Amino acid sequence: MRSFEEHLGEFKARGVRVVAISVDPPQTNHEHCRKQGFTYPFLSDPKGEAIRRYDLLDSAAGPEGADIARPAEFLIDAAGTVRWMNLTESIAVRARPDQVLKAVDKLGLAR
Amino acid sequence: MKRRWNVAAWVGFLVVLAAFLTYVPVFSRFPATRDFPWANLLMFGAGLVLLTLGLRRAYREPQLYRGKVAGAILLSLGVVVLAFFCFGYFYLMRQLPASTSAPRVGQQAPDFTLPDQDGNLVTLAELLRSAPGGTGGANGAVLIFYRGYW
Repeated sequence: MRSFEEHLGEFKARGVRVVAISVDPPQTNHEHCRKQGFTYPFLSDPKGEAIRRYDLLDSAAGPEGADIARPAEFLIDAAGTVRWMNLTESIAVRARPDQVLKAVDKLGLAR
Repeated sequence: MKRRWNVAAWVGFLVVLAAFLTYVPVFSRFPATRDFPWANLLMFGAGLVLLTLGLRRAYREPQLYRGKVAGAILLSLGVVVLAFFCFGYFYLMRQLPASTSAPRVGQQAPDFTLPDQDGNLVTLAELLRSAPGGTGGANGAVLIFYRGYW
């Protein structure tokens, strides 16, 4: 998440928004963003509605058996079509901003 | 004659403990040491080598060095700690749902309406309508789903 904040300027320059989504409530996200200096939107999906719609629910994987999102990244174009995605095999491995930026450039999304 | 402490065995054990404990707070912060835990595995290797040297010393020169029993126990514990680490990293962290119905490349991304950190409702359609910091529509959006519970 920090690495995306650090590369936010490069996404901005390409007209591409960056958004994070988890089950954490808005207050938690607010506090977290304030502490960490994150400036992009952190969306809150406590009931897992959007997370279910993307089939990313990791049942009972959170503390005290809470349902959480599995890590995943999607690049969506202006028409709302998925153009690139990453479903990691390990929670230790996430997409890096440079990989996503490369995909943006390769797909020619930034006009 | 007073026998010497088996420093190699104890230091080796401390290195093994450090290898186990430093992944999450230190090495998982950098992609190079997070995506594959080679730094931690190297530390495990160094720790186990020291433990082995210490134990060998205790058996070869028992009149000089202590640690026949302690060294054996520490080496066994070290191997158990390494096994725990490998189980956690190579098994537990890979227990993820298959997500077979997740939207694939070429498919329409499902819309959503969710509150941001300031409580404002945000939809995917809206995100795509306005470019970040500029005018006109956005060229795209990156959605990062994460586990949360910070």
